[in-house]
Amino acid sequence: MTGAPKLSVRGLTKSYDGMPVLERVELDVDTGAFCTIVGASGCGKSTFLRILLSQEHPTRGTILLDGHPLPDEPMPDRGIVFQKYSVFSHLTVAENLILASEFEKAPLSGRLFGRARMSALEGIDDLLMKIGLCAAKDKYPAQLSGGMQQRLAIAQALIKKPSILLLDEPFGALDPGIRLDMHELLLGLWEELGMTIFMVTHDIHEAFKLGTRLLVFDKIRHDPQAPEAYGATITYDLPLNGQSGKSQNQPGDIADALRPPVLAQTTITQIR
Amino acid sequence: MRIINRKPSRVTALALGLLPFLATILVYAIASHYRRLDNPADKLLPSLESMGNAFWRMAAVPDRRSGDLLLWVDTADSLWRLGSGMAIATLLALTLGIAIGFIPHVRSALAPYIATFSLIPPITILPILFITFGLGEASKIALIVVGTAPVMVRSTAQAVLDIPREMIIKAETLGASVWQMITRLVLPQVLPKLLTALRLGLVPAWIFLISAEAIASTTGLGYRIFLVRRYLAMDVILPYVVWITLLAFLLDRLLLALSRRTFRWHHLGSDAL
Repeated sequence: MTGAPKLSVRGLTKSYDGMPVLERVELDVDTGAFCTIVGASGCGKSTFLRILLSQEHPTRGTILLDGHPLPDEPMPDRGIVFQKYSVFSHLTVAENLILASEFEKAPLSGRLFGRARMSALEGIDDLLMKIGLCAAKDKYPAQLSGGMQQRLAIAQALIKKPSILLLDEPFGALDPGIRLDMHELLLGLWEELGMTIFMVTHDIHEAFKLGTRLLVFDKIRHDPQAPEAYGATITYDLPLNGQSGKSQNQPGDIADALRPPVLAQTTITQIR
Repeated sequence: MRIINRKPSRVTALALGLLPFLATILVYAIASHYRRLDNPADKLLPSLESMGNAFWRMAAVPDRRSGDLLLWVDTADSLWRLGSGMAIATLLALTLGIAIGFIPHVRSALAPYIATFSLIPPITILPILFITFGLGEASKIALIVVGTAPVMVRSTAQAVLDIPREMIIKAETLGASVWQMITRLVLPQVLPKLLTALRLGLVPAWIFLISAEAIASTTGLGYRIFLVRRYLAMDVILPYVVWITLLAFLLDRLLLALSRRTFRWHHLGSDAL
């Protein structure tokens, strides 16, 4: 890829009540990259994603999107899929999918009626086919399986054609078999639409399989007397060879970085 | 089989549900019977038959002085007061509750005030209401509003806060304005919970209604039972209490049925009472 990066993070630090969660994060991501983000629990990878979404704001540092500062609230330019509660429980599948166009075309009521509604509903037929929810289009999310709900959530997040898609452990609650289907769906959409994807996952095999680039978040400094004193940053930034899974880096190499810090414990044993 | 794993059939469940009611009536009938053996003119526990007669008199025989069917006049007046009060309280709960729950600046401005206001025992305000609004309908309706609205506002605001943050952010990424989020996300998510708040609010509402009617009124169910209390007319009071209870029960079931019908998605998961 040439030209300016799609997204550029400089000196990003995020603290809660003075406790740093992320520190000195530097990152440049090209258009169309599929970044998978892994790390131990509580290492700030979800915080990083929420900052990219503008749900939270950096304590220090800058983030440039297409060369401009990131907007300070969530906007249609960045789509999001959460692990849970991503779709609207009071709307049927079809209603969930036409909601964005209703927002756009009916500023006051936020609702389309009659012919406009019919044509909006017709407009999502292809999409329903693609995510395999044609038969379920009049069902409420509570009547769908977990996999179907997440397919709907992904489709809904892509309706506004965001240039960046953020995924926060989207398949964390799904069965392994369903996950494979979801991987295919996601890769297909990514190839077709060419958006830049950031995906937080707990599953390192998933991270290697899907990503073109693997980001590992971990703490590089540890103070055994004050485990909270330092935040995490990107410790590994690996380019992956597409989706073949034949990367030179094996999951085992990264596994060390994912283990929770045991330093504090060893120190105590040594003192004894 | 352990008792916790035994489930009653439909018929058994119905029979079990009726049992305590029948037992109460039976115990009453026996106690009344023995009291009247001692004193046939006993006023404290009148027979079921005399209560039936009294109820029929109130419901179907025009009053000698006014020519009205007292039960229906009382019921209509009481329900009108209750309905107006609850309508105003619901409207307040919806507007203030959503504003407080959804917009942080409004929350900072109003939440502590509403919380303080809701702690005033409403009955203590009744004299103030009588002085300011007079003894007419307005003061009774105002008491119901004062007694129920603050709690309903708070529970609606809490219901807004309980909407998963994920949904609100998702709506933002779909390009919704604040107004669109209120009409398409907050309102539909909150309405079923508002109906629950309304059902719970009806309990104190009845208390305030009967109290206000007992103190200063010329019609209404509460007025009637406190009026005939002077003559120890238990044969009127007891059927009236049953009648009020029945009305409250029917209102509650009506609202539940409305919620099930209108907000089917809300009742898809685990069901509540």
